[in-house]
Amino acid sequence: MSGALPRIRIRGLRKSFGAKTVLDGIDLDVPAGTSMVVIGGSGSGKSVLLKCILGLIAPDAGTIELDGRDLLALPRRARATERARIGMLFQNGALFDSLPVWENVAFGLLARRLVSRREARARADELLAQVGLASAVGELSPAELSGGMQKRVALARAIAAQPDILFFDEPTTGLDPIMGAVIDGLIVDCVKRLGSTAVAITHDMASATRIGDAAAMIHRGKIIWSGPAASLFESGNAEVDQFTHGRRDGPIQMELRR
Amino acid sequence: MNALLDSLAAIGRAAIGFLREAGAVTLFALEAISHLARPPFYARRFGRALVEMGFFSLPVVALTAIFTGMVLALQSYTGFSRFNAESAIANVVVISITRELGPVLAGLMVAGRIGAATAAEIGTMRVTDQIDALSTLSTDPMKYLVVPRLLAGIVALPLLVLVADILGVMGGFIVSVVKLGFAPETYLHNTLSFMQASDVISGLVKASVFGFLIALLGCYRGYTSRGGAEGVGAATTGAVVTASILILAFDYGLTVLFFSR
Repeated sequence: MSGALPRIRIRGLRKSFGAKTVLDGIDLDVPAGTSMVVIGGSGSGKSVLLKCILGLIAPDAGTIELDGRDLLALPRRARATERARIGMLFQNGALFDSLPVWENVAFGLLARRLVSRREARARADELLAQVGLASAVGELSPAELSGGMQKRVALARAIAAQPDILFFDEPTTGLDPIMGAVIDGLIVDCVKRLGSTAVAITHDMASATRIGDAAAMIHRGKIIWSGPAASLFESGNAEVDQFTHGRRDGPIQMELRR
Repeated sequence: MNALLDSLAAIGRAAIGFLREAGAVTLFALEAISHLARPPFYARRFGRALVEMGFFSLPVVALTAIFTGMVLALQSYTGFSRFNAESAIANVVVISITRELGPVLAGLMVAGRIGAATAAEIGTMRVTDQIDALSTLSTDPMKYLVVPRLLAGIVALPLLVLVADILGVMGGFIVSVVKLGFAPETYLHNTLSFMQASDVISGLVKASVFGFLIALLGCYRGYTSRGGAEGVGAATTGAVVTASILILAFDYGLTVLFFSR
Protein backbone atom coordinates (compact mmCIF):
# COMPACT_ATOMS: atom_id res chain seq x y z
CA MET A 1 0.00 0.00 0.00
CA SER A 2 1.21 3.51 -0.72
CA GLY A 3 1.47 6.22 1.95
CA ALA A 4 -1.55 8.10 0.59
CA LEU A 5 -4.62 8.11 2.81
CA PRO A 6 -6.92 5.34 1.63
CA ARG A 7 -10.52 6.27 0.89
CA ILE A 8 -11.68 3.43 3.15
CA ARG A 9 -9.55 2.17 6.00
CA ILE A 10 -10.82 -0.54 8.34
CA ARG A 11 -8.92 -1.64 11.40
CA GLY A 12 -9.69 -4.38 13.91
CA LEU A 13 -13.35 -4.66 12.94
CA ARG A 14 -15.18 -7.21 15.03
CA LYS A 15 -18.75 -8.41 15.05
CA SER A 16 -20.35 -11.36 16.76
CA PHE A 17 -23.93 -12.57 16.76
CA GLY A 18 -24.35 -14.38 20.06
CA ALA A 19 -21.58 -16.95 20.30
CA LYS A 20 -20.85 -16.81 16.57
CA THR A 21 -17.98 -14.51 15.64
CA VAL A 22 -18.48 -13.29 12.08
CA LEU A 23 -15.83 -10.58 11.81
CA ASP A 24 -12.73 -11.27 13.87
CA GLY A 25 -10.50 -8.25 13.45
CA ILE A 26 -10.81 -7.17 9.82
CA ASP A 27 -8.07 -4.88 8.50
CA LEU A 28 -8.63 -3.53 5.01
CA ASP A 29 -7.51 -0.51 2.97
CA VAL A 30 -9.26 0.58 -0.22
CA PRO A 31 -7.33 3.35 -2.01
CA ALA A 32 -9.31 6.09 -3.77
CA GLY A 33 -10.33 5.16 -7.30
CA THR A 34 -9.73 1.45 -6.74
CA SER A 35 -12.24 -1.31 -7.38
CA MET A 36 -11.73 -3.77 -4.57
CA VAL A 37 -13.29 -7.20 -4.77
CA VAL A 38 -13.77 -9.11 -1.52
CA ILE A 39 -14.21 -12.82 -2.04
CA GLY A 40 -15.10 -15.49 0.45
CA GLY A 41 -17.44 -18.40 1.05
CA SER A 42 -21.06 -18.18 2.02
CA GLY A 43 -21.42 -17.03 5.61
CA SER A 44 -17.84 -15.77 5.77
CA GLY A 45 -18.97 -12.27 6.79
CA LYS A 46 -18.69 -10.38 3.49
CA SER A 47 -22.17 -8.88 3.67
CA VAL A 48 -21.78 -8.11 7.38
CA LEU A 49 -18.59 -6.20 6.53
CA LEU A 50 -20.45 -4.02 4.01
CA LYS A 51 -23.38 -3.51 6.38
CA CYS A 52 -21.01 -2.39 9.15
CA ILE A 53 -19.51 0.25 6.83
CA LEU A 54 -23.01 1.35 5.78
CA GLY A 55 -24.12 1.62 9.40
CA LEU A 56 -26.81 -1.02 9.02
CA ILE A 57 -25.08 -3.20 11.62
CA ALA A 58 -23.19 -1.81 14.61
CA PRO A 59 -19.76 -3.45 14.96
CA ASP A 60 -18.57 -4.60 18.38
CA ALA A 61 -15.11 -3.06 17.99
CA GLY A 62 -12.76 -1.50 15.48
CA THR A 63 -12.60 1.60 13.32
CA ILE A 64 -14.04 2.43 9.90
CA GLU A 65 -12.49 5.51 8.30
CA LEU A 66 -13.60 7.33 5.17
CA ASP A 67 -10.82 9.68 4.05
CA GLY A 68 -9.36 9.50 7.53
CA ARG A 69 -12.59 10.30 9.41
CA ASP A 70 -13.65 7.54 11.79
CA LEU A 71 -17.34 6.95 11.08
CA LEU A 72 -17.99 5.34 14.43
CA ALA A 73 -16.58 8.35 16.32
CA LEU A 74 -18.49 10.98 14.34
CA PRO A 75 -21.70 12.61 15.63
CA ARG A 76 -24.84 11.04 14.17
CA ARG A 77 -25.56 13.78 11.63
CA ALA A 78 -21.97 13.92 10.36
CA ARG A 79 -21.94 10.13 10.12
CA ALA A 80 -25.10 10.20 8.03
CA THR A 81 -23.52 12.83 5.74
CA GLU A 82 -20.44 10.66 5.26
CA ARG A 83 -22.53 7.60 4.57
CA ALA A 84 -24.59 9.49 2.01
CA ARG A 85 -21.43 9.39 -0.11
CA ILE A 86 -21.94 5.65 -0.54
CA GLY A 87 -24.18 4.08 -3.18
CA MET A 88 -25.20 0.47 -2.63
CA LEU A 89 -26.34 -2.27 -4.99
CA PHE A 90 -28.04 -4.95 -2.90
CA GLN A 91 -27.78 -8.64 -3.69
CA ASN A 92 -31.44 -9.05 -4.64
CA GLY A 93 -31.84 -5.49 -5.90
CA ALA A 94 -34.02 -4.47 -2.92
CA LEU A 95 -36.20 -2.34 -5.18
CA PHE A 96 -39.21 -0.75 -3.50
CA ASP A 97 -42.08 -2.74 -4.92
CA SER A 98 -44.67 -0.13 -3.93
CA LEU A 99 -43.08 2.44 -6.27
CA PRO A 100 -42.70 2.51 -10.04
CA VAL A 101 -39.23 1.95 -11.48
CA TRP A 102 -38.52 5.63 -12.12
CA GLU A 103 -39.28 6.55 -8.50
CA ASN A 104 -37.00 3.76 -7.36
CA VAL A 105 -34.19 5.15 -9.49
CA ALA A 106 -34.71 8.74 -8.34
CA PHE A 107 -35.53 7.85 -4.73
CA GLY A 108 -32.29 9.15 -3.23
CA LEU A 109 -32.53 12.42 -5.18
CA LEU A 110 -36.11 12.99 -4.05
CA ALA A 111 -35.34 11.96 -0.47
CA ARG A 112 -32.61 14.58 -0.22
CA ARG A 113 -34.78 17.17 -1.98
CA LEU A 114 -32.07 17.57 -4.62
CA VAL A 115 -34.58 17.78 -7.49
CA SER A 116 -38.28 18.34 -8.11
CA ARG A 117 -40.44 15.35 -9.10
CA ARG A 118 -40.45 16.51 -12.72
CA GLU A 119 -36.65 16.78 -12.77
CA ALA A 120 -36.39 13.45 -10.98
CA ARG A 121 -38.42 11.77 -13.74
CA ALA A 122 -36.10 13.19 -16.42
CA ARG A 123 -33.02 12.20 -14.42
CA ALA A 124 -34.41 8.69 -13.94
CA ASP A 125 -34.79 8.36 -17.72
CA GLU A 126 -31.13 9.37 -18.20
CA LEU A 127 -30.00 6.86 -15.60
CA LEU A 128 -32.13 4.10 -17.08
CA ALA A 129 -30.54 4.82 -20.46
CA GLN A 130 -27.09 4.55 -18.86
CA VAL A 131 -27.89 0.99 -17.77
CA GLY A 132 -29.44 0.12 -21.13
CA LEU A 133 -33.13 0.42 -20.29
CA ALA A 134 -35.79 2.36 -22.18
CA SER A 135 -37.62 5.18 -20.43
CA ALA A 136 -40.89 3.22 -20.80
CA VAL A 137 -39.49 0.81 -18.21
CA GLY A 138 -39.72 3.67 -15.73
CA GLU A 139 -43.49 3.33 -15.57
CA LEU A 140 -43.40 -0.40 -14.74
CA SER A 141 -43.49 -1.93 -11.30
CA PRO A 142 -40.32 -3.74 -10.16
CA ALA A 143 -42.32 -6.99 -10.02
CA GLU A 144 -42.81 -6.76 -13.80
CA LEU A 145 -39.07 -6.85 -14.48
CA SER A 146 -36.76 -9.81 -15.06
CA GLY A 147 -33.90 -10.46 -12.62
CA GLY A 148 -31.36 -8.83 -14.94
CA MET A 149 -33.54 -5.76 -15.44
CA GLN A 150 -34.05 -5.45 -11.69
CA LYS A 151 -30.28 -5.51 -11.18
CA ARG A 152 -29.86 -2.80 -13.79
CA VAL A 153 -32.54 -0.64 -12.16
CA ALA A 154 -30.87 -1.19 -8.78
CA LEU A 155 -27.55 -0.13 -10.33
CA ALA A 156 -29.19 3.00 -11.76
CA ARG A 157 -30.55 3.77 -8.28
CA ALA A 158 -27.14 3.23 -6.68
CA ILE A 159 -25.40 5.68 -9.03
CA ALA A 160 -28.21 8.27 -9.15
CA ALA A 161 -26.68 10.63 -6.61
CA GLN A 162 -23.23 10.21 -8.21
CA PRO A 163 -21.68 8.73 -5.07
CA ASP A 164 -17.90 8.68 -4.75
CA ILE A 165 -18.03 5.24 -3.13
CA LEU A 166 -20.02 2.32 -4.54
CA PHE A 167 -20.73 -1.02 -2.88
CA PHE A 168 -21.89 -4.08 -4.78
CA ASP A 169 -23.23 -7.07 -2.88
CA GLU A 170 -23.06 -10.19 -5.05
CA PRO A 171 -23.93 -8.26 -8.22
CA THR A 172 -24.24 -11.32 -10.47
CA THR A 173 -25.99 -13.74 -8.12
CA GLY A 174 -29.02 -15.34 -9.75
CA LEU A 175 -28.16 -14.15 -13.26
CA ASP A 176 -27.19 -16.23 -16.27
CA PRO A 177 -23.50 -15.90 -17.32
CA ILE A 178 -24.25 -13.53 -20.19
CA MET A 179 -26.41 -11.21 -18.09
CA GLY A 180 -23.78 -11.45 -15.34
CA ALA A 181 -21.16 -10.22 -17.79
CA VAL A 182 -23.49 -7.42 -18.90
CA ILE A 183 -24.00 -6.27 -15.31
CA ASP A 184 -20.25 -6.45 -14.63
CA GLY A 185 -19.61 -4.35 -17.73
CA LEU A 186 -22.16 -1.76 -16.60
CA ILE A 187 -20.59 -1.68 -13.14
CA VAL A 188 -17.12 -1.09 -14.59
CA ASP A 189 -18.49 1.65 -16.89
CA CYS A 190 -20.33 3.38 -14.04
CA VAL A 191 -17.38 3.23 -11.66
CA LYS A 192 -15.04 4.66 -14.32
CA ARG A 193 -17.50 7.37 -15.40
CA LEU A 194 -18.07 8.53 -11.83
CA GLY A 195 -14.43 8.06 -10.79
CA SER A 196 -15.75 6.22 -7.75
CA THR A 197 -14.05 3.90 -5.32
CA ALA A 198 -15.80 0.54 -5.40
CA VAL A 199 -16.06 -2.44 -3.11
CA ALA A 200 -17.73 -5.54 -4.52
CA ILE A 201 -18.28 -8.74 -2.61
CA THR A 202 -18.76 -11.88 -4.58
CA HIS A 203 -18.01 -15.55 -4.84
CA ASP A 204 -18.32 -15.43 -8.63
CA MET A 205 -14.70 -15.60 -9.80
CA ALA A 206 -15.45 -14.48 -13.35
CA SER A 207 -17.21 -11.43 -11.95
CA ALA A 208 -14.37 -10.76 -9.50
CA THR A 209 -11.74 -10.60 -12.22
CA ARG A 210 -13.95 -8.45 -14.48
CA ILE A 211 -14.82 -5.87 -11.81
CA GLY A 212 -11.76 -5.73 -9.58
CA ASP A 213 -8.42 -3.95 -9.69
CA ALA A 214 -7.58 -5.31 -6.26
CA ALA A 215 -8.90 -8.28 -4.34
CA ALA A 216 -9.00 -9.59 -0.81
CA MET A 217 -10.22 -12.85 0.65
CA ILE A 218 -12.15 -13.10 3.89
CA HIS A 219 -12.13 -16.38 5.77
CA ARG A 220 -13.14 -17.11 9.34
CA GLY A 221 -13.75 -13.42 9.92
CA LYS A 222 -10.31 -12.23 8.84
CA ILE A 223 -8.72 -10.94 5.66
CA ILE A 224 -6.33 -13.77 4.88
CA TRP A 225 -4.98 -12.46 1.57
CA SER A 226 -5.02 -9.31 -0.51
CA GLY A 227 -3.40 -8.44 -3.81
CA PRO A 228 -4.12 -7.53 -7.42
CA ALA A 229 -7.35 -9.03 -8.75
CA ALA A 230 -5.40 -10.26 -11.78
CA SER A 231 -3.40 -12.59 -9.52
CA LEU A 232 -6.43 -14.20 -7.88
CA PHE A 233 -5.80 -17.47 -9.70
CA GLU A 234 -2.06 -17.49 -8.93
CA SER A 235 -2.08 -16.02 -5.45
CA GLY A 236 0.23 -18.56 -3.87
CA ASN A 237 -2.16 -18.75 -0.93
CA ALA A 238 -3.56 -22.23 -0.37
CA GLU A 239 -7.00 -21.03 0.81
CA VAL A 240 -7.37 -18.56 -2.05
CA ASP A 241 -6.23 -21.17 -4.57
CA GLN A 242 -8.74 -23.71 -3.26
CA PHE A 243 -11.53 -21.10 -3.35
CA THR A 244 -10.79 -19.62 -6.78
CA HIS A 245 -10.39 -23.04 -8.38
CA GLY A 246 -13.42 -24.43 -6.56
CA ARG A 247 -11.56 -27.43 -5.16
CA ARG A 248 -13.35 -29.62 -2.68
CA ASP A 249 -10.14 -30.63 -0.90
CA GLY A 250 -7.81 -28.14 0.72
CA PRO A 251 -7.29 -26.13 3.87
CA ILE A 252 -10.90 -24.81 3.84
CA GLN A 253 -13.10 -27.53 5.25
CA MET A 254 -16.83 -27.16 4.73
CA GLU A 255 -18.83 -28.18 7.78
CA LEU A 256 -21.09 -30.92 6.49
CA ARG A 257 -23.12 -33.27 8.64
CA ARG A 258 -23.63 -36.76 7.35
CA MET B 1 -40.27 -31.33 42.68
CA ASN B 2 -38.42 -31.09 39.37
CA ALA B 3 -41.72 -30.92 37.51
CA LEU B 4 -42.80 -28.03 39.73
CA LEU B 5 -39.52 -26.20 39.16
CA ASP B 6 -39.80 -26.78 35.42
CA SER B 7 -43.30 -25.34 35.46
CA LEU B 8 -42.15 -22.31 37.43
CA ALA B 9 -39.22 -21.83 35.07
CA ALA B 10 -41.54 -21.97 32.09
CA ILE B 11 -43.83 -19.37 33.66
CA GLY B 12 -40.82 -17.21 34.48
CA ARG B 13 -39.51 -17.45 30.92
CA ALA B 14 -42.90 -16.52 29.54
CA ALA B 15 -43.15 -13.56 31.91
CA ILE B 16 -39.65 -12.33 30.99
CA GLY B 17 -40.45 -12.77 27.31
CA PHE B 18 -43.66 -10.80 27.71
CA LEU B 19 -41.92 -7.98 29.56
CA ARG B 20 -39.09 -7.88 27.02
CA GLU B 21 -41.59 -7.67 24.17
CA ALA B 22 -43.64 -5.00 25.95
CA GLY B 23 -40.46 -3.00 26.53
CA ALA B 24 -39.41 -3.35 22.90
CA VAL B 25 -42.83 -2.21 21.62
CA THR B 26 -42.77 0.75 24.03
CA LEU B 27 -39.30 1.82 22.90
CA PHE B 28 -40.36 1.43 19.27
CA ALA B 29 -43.41 3.60 19.93
CA LEU B 30 -41.37 6.25 21.74
CA GLU B 31 -38.84 6.37 18.92
CA ALA B 32 -41.66 6.75 16.38
CA ILE B 33 -43.31 9.49 18.45
CA SER B 34 -39.98 11.32 18.75
CA HIS B 35 -39.97 11.60 14.93
CA LEU B 36 -43.43 13.21 14.79
CA ALA B 37 -42.12 16.73 15.36
CA ARG B 38 -38.88 16.43 13.38
CA PRO B 39 -38.70 16.92 9.62
CA PRO B 40 -38.72 15.63 6.96
CA PHE B 41 -42.45 14.86 6.81
CA TYR B 42 -43.82 12.52 4.19
CA ALA B 43 -47.22 14.04 3.42
CA ARG B 44 -47.69 11.83 0.36
CA ARG B 45 -47.07 8.69 2.43
CA PHE B 46 -49.46 9.96 5.11
CA GLY B 47 -52.17 10.62 2.50
CA ARG B 48 -51.72 7.18 1.04
CA ALA B 49 -51.90 5.50 4.44
CA LEU B 50 -54.98 7.56 5.32
CA VAL B 51 -56.79 6.47 2.16
CA GLU B 52 -55.75 2.85 2.66
CA MET B 53 -56.74 2.77 6.32
CA GLY B 54 -59.78 5.04 6.20
CA PHE B 55 -61.41 4.98 2.81
CA PHE B 56 -60.79 1.36 1.87
CA SER B 57 -61.89 0.14 5.31
CA LEU B 58 -65.24 1.89 4.99
CA PRO B 59 -67.21 -1.03 3.48
CA VAL B 60 -66.23 -3.57 6.11
CA VAL B 61 -66.71 -1.12 8.98
CA ALA B 62 -70.04 0.09 7.56
CA LEU B 63 -71.42 -3.44 7.20
CA THR B 64 -70.24 -4.38 10.69
CA ALA B 65 -71.88 -1.28 12.18
CA ILE B 66 -75.21 -1.70 10.39
CA PHE B 67 -75.60 -5.37 11.33
CA THR B 68 -74.47 -4.71 14.90
CA GLY B 69 -77.08 -1.96 15.27
CA MET B 70 -79.76 -4.25 13.83
CA VAL B 71 -78.87 -7.17 16.09
CA LEU B 72 -78.61 -4.90 19.10
CA ALA B 73 -82.13 -3.58 18.53
CA LEU B 74 -83.54 -7.09 18.21
CA GLN B 75 -81.71 -8.45 21.25
CA SER B 76 -82.62 -5.43 23.34
CA TYR B 77 -86.25 -5.89 22.40
CA THR B 78 -86.09 -9.54 23.48
CA GLY B 79 -84.79 -8.54 26.89
CA PHE B 80 -86.64 -5.30 27.50
CA SER B 81 -90.04 -6.62 26.45
CA ARG B 82 -89.91 -8.90 29.50
CA PHE B 83 -90.35 -5.91 31.78
CA ASN B 84 -92.17 -3.56 29.37
CA ALA B 85 -89.16 -1.34 28.71
CA GLU B 86 -89.20 -1.52 24.90
CA SER B 87 -89.05 2.24 24.65
CA ALA B 88 -85.44 2.12 25.97
CA ILE B 89 -84.22 0.30 22.86
CA ALA B 90 -83.22 3.53 21.07
CA ASN B 91 -81.28 4.65 24.14
CA VAL B 92 -79.47 1.34 24.49
CA VAL B 93 -78.59 1.19 20.81
CA VAL B 94 -77.16 4.69 20.65
CA ILE B 95 -75.15 4.48 23.86
CA SER B 96 -73.83 0.99 23.06
CA ILE B 97 -72.83 1.93 19.55
CA THR B 98 -71.23 5.30 20.27
CA ARG B 99 -69.46 4.46 23.51
CA GLU B 100 -68.48 0.87 22.95
CA LEU B 101 -69.38 -1.17 19.92
CA GLY B 102 -68.56 1.40 17.26
CA PRO B 103 -64.93 1.94 18.29
CA VAL B 104 -64.25 -1.65 19.39
CA LEU B 105 -65.75 -3.41 16.36
CA ALA B 106 -64.30 -0.89 13.92
CA GLY B 107 -60.96 -1.31 15.68
CA LEU B 108 -61.08 -5.09 15.42
CA MET B 109 -62.09 -4.96 11.76
CA VAL B 110 -59.34 -2.51 10.89
CA ALA B 111 -56.84 -4.53 12.94
CA GLY B 112 -57.66 -7.57 10.80
CA ARG B 113 -57.46 -5.64 7.58
CA ILE B 114 -54.78 -2.99 8.04
CA GLY B 115 -52.72 -4.51 10.86
CA ALA B 116 -52.15 -7.62 8.77
CA ALA B 117 -51.43 -5.70 5.57
CA THR B 118 -49.00 -3.34 7.32
CA ALA B 119 -47.09 -6.16 9.00
CA ALA B 120 -46.92 -8.11 5.73
CA GLU B 121 -45.74 -5.12 3.69
CA ILE B 122 -43.10 -3.91 6.13
CA GLY B 123 -42.07 -7.48 6.97
CA THR B 124 -41.51 -8.23 3.29
CA MET B 125 -39.50 -5.02 3.00
CA ARG B 126 -37.40 -6.15 5.95
CA VAL B 127 -36.59 -9.62 4.63
CA THR B 128 -35.86 -8.35 1.10
CA ASP B 129 -33.44 -5.63 2.31
CA GLN B 130 -35.76 -2.81 1.22
CA ILE B 131 -35.59 -1.24 4.69
CA ASP B 132 -31.78 -1.34 4.57
CA ALA B 133 -31.98 0.18 1.10
CA LEU B 134 -34.02 3.08 2.51
CA SER B 135 -31.26 3.76 5.03
CA THR B 136 -28.61 3.82 2.31
CA LEU B 137 -30.71 6.35 0.38
CA SER B 138 -30.65 8.96 3.16
CA THR B 139 -34.13 8.04 4.34
CA ASP B 140 -34.96 7.15 7.91
CA PRO B 141 -37.23 4.06 7.71
CA MET B 142 -38.98 5.14 10.91
CA LYS B 143 -39.98 8.45 9.37
CA TYR B 144 -40.84 7.01 5.99
CA LEU B 145 -42.63 3.80 6.94
CA VAL B 146 -43.84 4.10 10.51
CA VAL B 147 -44.69 7.73 11.31
CA PRO B 148 -47.14 8.29 8.40
CA ARG B 149 -48.99 5.10 9.33
CA LEU B 150 -49.22 6.02 13.00
CA LEU B 151 -50.64 9.42 12.12
CA ALA B 152 -53.04 7.85 9.63
CA GLY B 153 -54.22 5.43 12.32
CA ILE B 154 -54.84 8.23 14.80
CA VAL B 155 -56.85 10.23 12.23
CA ALA B 156 -58.58 7.52 10.19
CA LEU B 157 -60.15 5.43 12.92
CA PRO B 158 -62.17 8.24 14.54
CA LEU B 159 -63.50 9.14 11.09
CA LEU B 160 -64.46 5.52 10.51
CA VAL B 161 -66.07 5.32 13.94
CA LEU B 162 -68.09 8.45 13.24
CA VAL B 163 -69.48 6.72 10.16
CA ALA B 164 -69.96 3.51 12.17
CA ASP B 165 -71.91 5.43 14.84
CA ILE B 166 -74.31 6.85 12.27
CA LEU B 167 -74.76 3.54 10.44
CA GLY B 168 -75.07 1.53 13.66
CA VAL B 169 -77.84 3.78 14.91
CA MET B 170 -79.42 3.60 11.48
CA GLY B 171 -79.34 -0.22 11.66
CA GLY B 172 -81.17 -0.12 14.99
CA PHE B 173 -83.62 2.39 13.56
CA ILE B 174 -84.41 0.23 10.53
CA VAL B 175 -85.08 -2.90 12.59
CA SER B 176 -87.07 -1.01 15.21
CA VAL B 177 -89.28 0.72 12.65
CA VAL B 178 -89.64 -1.98 10.00
CA LYS B 179 -89.65 -5.13 12.11
CA LEU B 180 -90.68 -4.05 15.60
CA GLY B 181 -93.23 -1.41 14.61
CA PHE B 182 -91.78 1.65 16.35
CA ALA B 183 -92.84 5.09 15.12
CA PRO B 184 -89.85 6.59 13.27
CA GLU B 185 -90.16 10.04 14.86
CA THR B 186 -90.40 8.53 18.37
CA TYR B 187 -87.32 6.39 17.82
CA LEU B 188 -85.31 9.34 16.49
CA HIS B 189 -86.53 11.61 19.26
CA ASN B 190 -85.51 9.05 21.89
CA THR B 191 -82.12 8.62 20.25
CA LEU B 192 -81.32 12.32 19.97
CA SER B 193 -82.65 13.35 23.35
CA PHE B 194 -80.79 10.58 25.18
CA MET B 195 -77.45 10.82 23.36
CA GLN B 196 -74.82 13.14 24.84
CA ALA B 197 -71.79 14.66 23.18
CA SER B 198 -69.56 12.89 25.70
CA ASP B 199 -70.84 9.50 24.44
CA VAL B 200 -69.62 10.24 20.95
CA ILE B 201 -66.42 11.97 22.04
CA SER B 202 -65.36 9.16 24.37
CA GLY B 203 -65.87 6.73 21.48
CA LEU B 204 -63.78 8.87 19.15
CA VAL B 205 -60.98 9.15 21.71
CA LYS B 206 -60.99 5.37 22.04
CA ALA B 207 -60.90 5.11 18.25
CA SER B 208 -57.79 7.31 18.05
CA VAL B 209 -56.03 5.16 20.61
CA PHE B 210 -57.07 1.97 18.79
CA GLY B 211 -55.90 3.41 15.46
CA PHE B 212 -52.51 4.18 16.99
CA LEU B 213 -52.27 0.66 18.45
CA ILE B 214 -53.22 -1.03 15.17
CA ALA B 215 -50.66 0.94 13.17
CA LEU B 216 -48.01 0.56 15.88
CA LEU B 217 -48.35 -3.22 16.15
CA GLY B 218 -48.47 -3.69 12.38
CA CYS B 219 -45.35 -1.59 11.93
CA TYR B 220 -43.51 -3.11 14.89
CA ARG B 221 -44.20 -6.72 13.91
CA GLY B 222 -43.24 -6.07 10.31
CA TYR B 223 -40.17 -4.04 11.21
CA THR B 224 -38.81 -6.75 13.50
CA SER B 225 -39.75 -9.74 11.36
CA ARG B 226 -37.01 -12.22 10.50
CA GLY B 227 -36.57 -15.39 8.54
CA GLY B 228 -38.24 -15.02 5.16
CA ALA B 229 -41.81 -15.97 4.31
CA GLU B 230 -42.38 -17.82 7.57
CA GLY B 231 -41.23 -14.82 9.58
CA VAL B 232 -43.48 -12.48 7.63
CA GLY B 233 -46.42 -14.84 8.18
CA ALA B 234 -45.73 -14.94 11.91
CA ALA B 235 -45.43 -11.15 11.98
CA THR B 236 -48.79 -10.79 10.25
CA THR B 237 -50.55 -13.13 12.65
CA GLY B 238 -48.82 -11.53 15.63
CA ALA B 239 -49.82 -8.03 14.54
CA VAL B 240 -53.51 -8.91 14.31
CA VAL B 241 -53.66 -10.97 17.49
CA THR B 242 -51.69 -8.50 19.61
CA ALA B 243 -53.56 -5.48 18.28
CA SER B 244 -56.92 -7.18 18.92
CA ILE B 245 -56.00 -8.08 22.49
CA LEU B 246 -54.63 -4.60 23.16
CA ILE B 247 -57.77 -3.00 21.74
CA LEU B 248 -59.89 -4.97 24.21
CA ALA B 249 -57.52 -4.26 27.12
CA PHE B 250 -57.25 -0.54 26.35
CA ASP B 251 -61.01 -0.41 25.84
CA TYR B 252 -61.49 -1.49 29.41
CA GLY B 253 -58.84 0.93 30.67
CA LEU B 254 -60.31 3.87 28.78
CA THR B 255 -63.83 2.95 29.85
CA VAL B 256 -62.72 2.97 33.48
CA LEU B 257 -61.06 6.34 32.87
CA PHE B 258 -64.17 7.86 31.34
CA PHE B 259 -66.47 6.13 33.87
CA SER B 260 -64.71 7.80 36.80
CA ARG B 261 -65.36 11.29 35.34
